Amino acid sequence: MTKIKHLIQNFSLQKFKKGGQKMSNVENLVKELVKIHGKNRNSLMPVLQGVVKEEKYLSEDAMMAIAKELDLSTADVYGTASFYTFLDTVPRGKNIIRVCKTITCHMKGKDELIKALEDALKIKVGETTHDKQFTLLTANCLGWCHKGPVMLINDEIYPETSPQAALEIIEKYQTSTKK
Amino acid sequence: MENNILKKVDLIFDNTCDPLVVVDKVLAKSPDDVILDIIDSGLKGRGGAGFPTGLKWKFTRNEDGDTKYVICNADEGEPGTFKDREILDKVPEKIFSGMAIAGYAIGAKEGYIYLRGEYNFLLPMLNKKLEDFNRKIKAKNLDFIISIKSGSGAYICGEESALFESMEGKRGEPRNKPPYPTVSGYNSKPTSINNVETLVYALMICKLGPDKFKELGTKDSRGSKVFSVSGDTPNPGIYELELGMPLKEFVSEFGDGDTKAVQVGGASGHCVPRKHFNDTIIGFEGIPTGGSMMVFNSSRSMYNVLHDYLEFFTEESCGQCSPCRIGCQQLLKGIEAIKKGEKSPIYIEELKRLAATMKIASKCGLGQSVCNPFTSIVDNFREEIIY
Ligand SMILES: Cc1cc2nc3c(=O)[nH]c(=O)nc-3n(C[C@H](O)[C@H](O)[C@H](O)COP(=O)(O)O)c2cc1C
Ligand code: SF4
Ligand code: FES
Repeated sequence: MTKIKHLIQNFSLQKFKKGGQKMSNVENLVKELVKIHGKNRNSLMPVLQGVVKEEKYLSEDAMMAIAKELDLSTADVYGTASFYTFLDTVPRGKNIIRVCKTITCHMKGKDELIKALEDALKIKVGETTHDKQFTLLTANCLGWCHKGPVMLINDEIYPETSPQAALEIIEKYQTSTKK
Repeated sequence: MENNILKKVDLIFDNTCDPLVVVDKVLAKSPDDVILDIIDSGLKGRGGAGFPTGLKWKFTRNEDGDTKYVICNADEGEPGTFKDREILDKVPEKIFSGMAIAGYAIGAKEGYIYLRGEYNFLLPMLNKKLEDFNRKIKAKNLDFIISIKSGSGAYICGEESALFESMEGKRGEPRNKPPYPTVSGYNSKPTSINNVETLVYALMICKLGPDKFKELGTKDSRGSKVFSVSGDTPNPGIYELELGMPLKEFVSEFGDGDTKAVQVGGASGHCVPRKHFNDTIIGFEGIPTGGSMMVFNSSRSMYNVLHDYLEFFTEESCGQCSPCRIGCQQLLKGIEAIKKGEKSPIYIEELKRLAATMKIASKCGLGQSVCNPFTSIVDNFREEIIY
């Protein structure tokens, strides 16, 4: 709740500060997304999703830009975003790993998988690596229960992932996103 | 053993028919006749609630107004369910065609697929095939166009009215009912919302005729159903089976010889212990299911299973109504306290009363169904919960 208040208080202030300055990247992105999806409330989800796809999370700037473009209150935008697990409002790494923690994956070894990832990335579930390359999260059933344990990295799915296989997959992301 | 073999069916994934030929066949009939065929087939919704599909279409058709919608519910979030993903992946044109048929029958010009965010990897393929499909439908002079809306990781958005809210750019909080979607759904317009699998069965009924469909299943549960089998089974996967099968036969086919219990219908379904395998029927006359069949053998702690489910509901409750928001938390805390010995075993009775209250006082199916796994696990595995 305090976060919402903070957002609302900051709203006019930020607008004022930005006046005269060049538009930020995220404002451009929001404008672009609104152009594609339409300037109405029904576009809110695709616009939020579009920002998260590019930026990995919804910054206060992003939410304020969306509110302005769609003519909604910032609190409304934040209220909607905060409802959805995939619409993060805190900074996330370039690659978001979500390990399924629901029952069948639990039975098939999700604990070992999470442990291997935590050790390799030197973070705990919920945290982001220092180099901002990875965020490690858990998720509820990902719809691959016959092939547990499962993890999702961004939009990519990895069924039947042994701890060993997970490390190799992580490696791939490390090399492909660092350059 | 012959009579122990489950009857496998191949309708949903059958790829030998061109779904657009079925659409042509349907367009030669009147919408009312199409609806009569679906009613006659006895097809009930495959998403969990089991409402007769033909009636849903008829109610939507009967509403006044030019703007109506067909929605395909592809939010598949029930733990243990993964069949819709496979259908979307393998036979997307059959889903689109089922939607076009529904659109023709009820008089809708727009269709939407609400795809859970976890299945975003399907988007490029689906969008490509959809572009092609929309073009082909246009060429048939049918005024119907389908697009996809994505979810963002919220189980509750599978509940139809929460799904509409989400599509309207709002928090996925279920609405009060009535009004039902057939009267006021997406954008407050008459909307017919169906599960992925239901739409493909509707297509197959139009292809084969209602009588062929009725040959399968039982009086109360016509046809077949796609099951998602997971857990302690040598053969996890997706199977299309005739409805109305005894659970005993299912277990003899899919169990590992040491099956202690089967959770029928996912986290929000019922847990059936071994002693009831013989007298349990899978279907609308027994235990209905959206298709999730989770098999547990005797190495599993049913306390852990229940704990997992309650954690799931606590996280996924939209928090809008207090019986569910607080109830889920208290049930979870309650079994933890009993396990730790902080509460006496008699406390289970109090928790059961709470679960029963949630069933009648919660606003939507999520809170209402927590009682199913809770009571069925606690009653059948009381020792495991306490000690
Ligand atoms: C909490 C909750 C989650 C649901 N999730 C889904 C789902 O993921 N997919 C689905 O088809 N139906 C789901 N439903 C059922 C829908 O509300 C609705 O009944 C269904 O989409 C209707 O389609 P059908 O008649 O073809 O089954 C859910 C219901 C509840 C209460
Ligand atoms: S029952 Fe639970 S999920 Fe449904 S409206 Fe109430 S709080 Fe939300
Ligand atoms: S339980 Fe992990 S994918 Fe379903």
